[in-house]
Amino acid sequence: MEAKKVEDKSPWLGRSIGRLEDKALLLGRGRFIDDLGAPPGTLEAAILRSPHAHARIDRIETARARALPGVTAVLTGKDIEALTAPLLGVLKAAAHSFPIAIDRVLYVGEPVAIALATDRYIAEDALDLIEVVYEALPPVIDPRAALLADAPLLHPGLASNLVSDRSFRYGDPESAFAQAAFRVAIDTRYPRNAATPIETYGVLADYDPGADAYDVLSNFQGPFSLHPVIAKALKVPGNRLRLRSPPDCGGSFGVKEGVFPYIVLIAAAARAAGRTVKWIEDRLEHLAASSCATGRLTHLEAAVTGEGRILALDWDQIEDVGATLRAPEPATLYRMHANMTGAYDIRHLKIRNRVVLTNKMPSGLNRGFGGPQVYFPLERLMQRIARKLGLDPLAVIRRNLIAKEAFPYRTATGGFLDSGDYQGAVAAALEEGGIEELYRRREEARAEGRLYGIGFAAVVEPSVSNMGYITTVLTAEERRRAGQKSGAQATATVAIDPLGALTVKVASVPQGQGHRTVLSQIVADIFGLEPEAVSVRADLDTAKDGWSIASGNYSSRFAPAVAGAAFLAASRLRARLQRIAASQLNVAADEIVFAEGRVSARGNPENALSFSRLAASPHWAPQSLPQGEESALSETVFWTPPQLAPPNDKDEINSSLCYGFIFDICALEVDRVTGELRIDRYVSMHDCGPLLHPAMVAGQVNGGFAHGLGAALFEEQVYDGEGNLLTGTFADYLIPTVKEVPAPMVLHRHTPSPLTPLGAKGVGEGNAMSTPVTIANAAADALGLDEVTLPLQPSTLAPRLYGPERRRKEKTLARGRDAVRE
Amino acid sequence: MKPPRFDYFAPQSSAEALAALAEEGGEAFILAGGQSLLPLLTMRLARPRLLIDIMRIEEWREIRLEGGAIRIGAGVRQAELESFPGLARHQPLLALALPFVGHPQTRSRGTVCGSIAFADPSAELPLALLALEGQVHLRSRQRARSLAAADFFTGTMASARAEDEVIEAVSFPVAGEGCGYAFREVTRRGGDFAIAAFAAFVDERSARLGVGGVADRPFLRFMPRPGTKDLDEALDAFAFDLEAREDLHASARYRRELVRRLGRLALEEAERCRA
Repeated sequence: MEAKKVEDKSPWLGRSIGRLEDKALLLGRGRFIDDLGAPPGTLEAAILRSPHAHARIDRIETARARALPGVTAVLTGKDIEALTAPLLGVLKAAAHSFPIAIDRVLYVGEPVAIALATDRYIAEDALDLIEVVYEALPPVIDPRAALLADAPLLHPGLASNLVSDRSFRYGDPESAFAQAAFRVAIDTRYPRNAATPIETYGVLADYDPGADAYDVLSNFQGPFSLHPVIAKALKVPGNRLRLRSPPDCGGSFGVKEGVFPYIVLIAAAARAAGRTVKWIEDRLEHLAASSCATGRLTHLEAAVTGEGRILALDWDQIEDVGATLRAPEPATLYRMHANMTGAYDIRHLKIRNRVVLTNKMPSGLNRGFGGPQVYFPLERLMQRIARKLGLDPLAVIRRNLIAKEAFPYRTATGGFLDSGDYQGAVAAALEEGGIEELYRRREEARAEGRLYGIGFAAVVEPSVSNMGYITTVLTAEERRRAGQKSGAQATATVAIDPLGALTVKVASVPQGQGHRTVLSQIVADIFGLEPEAVSVRADLDTAKDGWSIASGNYSSRFAPAVAGAAFLAASRLRARLQRIAASQLNVAADEIVFAEGRVSARGNPENALSFSRLAASPHWAPQSLPQGEESALSETVFWTPPQLAPPNDKDEINSSLCYGFIFDICALEVDRVTGELRIDRYVSMHDCGPLLHPAMVAGQVNGGFAHGLGAALFEEQVYDGEGNLLTGTFADYLIPTVKEVPAPMVLHRHTPSPLTPLGAKGVGEGNAMSTPVTIANAAADALGLDEVTLPLQPSTLAPRLYGPERRRKEKTLARGRDAVRE
Repeated sequence: MKPPRFDYFAPQSSAEALAALAEEGGEAFILAGGQSLLPLLTMRLARPRLLIDIMRIEEWREIRLEGGAIRIGAGVRQAELESFPGLARHQPLLALALPFVGHPQTRSRGTVCGSIAFADPSAELPLALLALEGQVHLRSRQRARSLAAADFFTGTMASARAEDEVIEAVSFPVAGEGCGYAFREVTRRGGDFAIAAFAAFVDERSARLGVGGVADRPFLRFMPRPGTKDLDEALDAFAFDLEAREDLHASARYRRELVRRLGRLALEEAERCRA
């Protein structure tokens, strides 16, 4: 009976146990940044923002605002400039960028002044009293227009709005195109959208003049490679910038990377005012001036044989990063560099990457980060090839997929696809997803004159970014001068307290994913404990915790990297405890087993200690440790995988550590009368290795699907020709609600990664990459379209159903407006 | 998103409310649910000096059946009307339209008269009131008057209500024998304001189609009966006459097409319901 019970409970990992995080959240007792309170005397900040897309600031008059009772200070760009240095960027083009406009504004929503007052109401009243005299300058909104020789210049210090133009060549693309039977091309535009977390940005900043040091609490998610950027901007050494995160964070999806300029701004304001300053971003600010995905214009061509085999690709990408190139941009353009051939075996390719500035909100991290922008044209192209050659789209995909035997597979651009069985996953998705049934439904619908379509997409989902991939934007010569950057690092500490209880600390900064639960499962398994017995801290304090520039929560790195590091740290600590137990139980160390809160000799459960007694012993009796054994109070692991080399001189780069696989099927119907789109079935097959917590994986897939569906059908930051933001509230920036998101059928295969400690790969972003194009392909199939523009709106789809509109009949012309109201 | 400074007054009687309104004139706004007004305040698009919260005035919180109409007081929440016993029998169009008004959460706060007062051209309740040829009952300290819905709505978010008047109640005629009703709309998401909304009403003598979301206010027109040959032409004329709006969510052409196509479907559905 005893043995059976152990079997039931172990291992914890891989089971969907209740989340440790949920009790506090469900009781309304989460500890989010705005819940934590602030020291007495804290001032609240409100930010005055530019109503212009491009203008010179002639004068800012703040006297009336400063005179308002309750207002302590009103700061402008000049005040902030005096205390800070420009934000460092990946390219020189970012030089002289501050978190607030100094003498010119470059996008609607850019900070222009800050009011500090006893509360936010008064601070906002003060904004009403600030007078700014602008001299409007011509804006440039369209990225192609920004490239023209006579385009208005955003940064007068630069020769052009084109801040980077790199061309790459791998294999022999010219010969492949010359030999190919067909050349198929596609032009696409991927819209700028954003993940809109439910909790907005928040910063609580304090400056200590005695130590010349800043202490900042913020819901910043990382990457902590931005910590040096913030420290440099605040003109202090790294050890004088303490950056902390609150225990809970209400979603990010990448977006909370973009709080970092506001950390600089609010910290400098705190220094100027000599008081702690708190700023909680509101939704209007968030939609106009937080951070969003890049927009991308792509021209993609394929050299194809008559059977649909792709011999070469030719990419031409224009990346719209908005008004300034903010670190880590242009990372969005390079994160996919290793997998620019997607899931396909294509050996020859050309890539031209251009980065252009426009008068819009600067871009940054956003779920999928570069994936949606690449897979939209690539998977649209697969369908176009099928249409042009008269082939089945599925056949074209399957003909080009990398074969199972080819793994690990080195891509033409230097990627190292660690493991996979793409053909197997596709076959299983078609079978389990019921493709024959869907084909039947399509046939029946079409026979009745209804508009039914099926779309597919095959996607490689990268995770655990190589910090060096961003330098692919530099030439080999520039990289040599700048110094090598590469790798990924994850940090975990497992520590024992004097009562023998375990605490895990990681620098992962989750935003609701449930990292603490999974880490407790991992550690509970290793020590034979219950997950509830393990305490996990996932928030970060740079002054006290182990961290590196790769710390933070991004590029789906938790399961492959952070969880793996915790596994290694716990395993090492266990090995030490085994040796200590061995001396007490008089057996060999490898005979020591951990189960049910006890440590015993294998096969002799009577010869045992309680776990807590053993674990606590190095605290209480350090001199009694076995000869040569160090104290076993804690173990910290800095894990770094060796596969993430910097880009080589041929510009080959393995931009991520592991690569999962997704194959999606969408079947949908378009209403003939209204053009409304209804998803009949959505199937999403994932191979992300073993599932550490299946319910959380399901949450990630469903969440990524909702974001992908939003991108497909609703979401775009729309600016008019003058650069006015037309989607500045949730009444116009539409995100899908529960009514709009059908439940996808989620399927799994489990090919482990040989490169991660637990075999797991990332799964958090995949559907943000695969779903927009799968829906687009299904809509194209339903309506017989060659061109599909996101977001897919009934208003733009429907006129294709209606044919040209007849002019109004002569006799009704006489009837005026009044005739309407009978 | 913090409102500018304002005073707040929650009177217990209509007399107190009307007196305060008379004294403040255009500087006072009526707060009746707040689902549209509060966003305007927090975005500082409205800056009233005084908010008069009328939700504690008992005499304005009732739904009454009187004189062949459902009379809905100023403080009646949309959810209360939705759950009024026998609503689908008393007035099927209201029961059909209410689920399209916002979301359950907003309906639990928002009031029927508040939605009428706001006069959003895409809102469902003004369209229903117009299509049923209901009445708006206005009262100030000095006088009381009733206006036909068609005379009340004068443009985008604009109405014939004077600054010192409050909508004391609205009344919707109850359904007659042999009448058929239908409500259809297109939105980008469930609960959004309509791109185009259609309230169709067919009885023994006539067919009527109300259209919201297309022009600057809802419009109503007598139409040929469904199944007669002139219908398509009449719908086409209506589509053009409405001078459809264009915005981020829909083109003018799309709105005209919906008038032609979904308008016809709504009328046909109403005709079927009549039978």
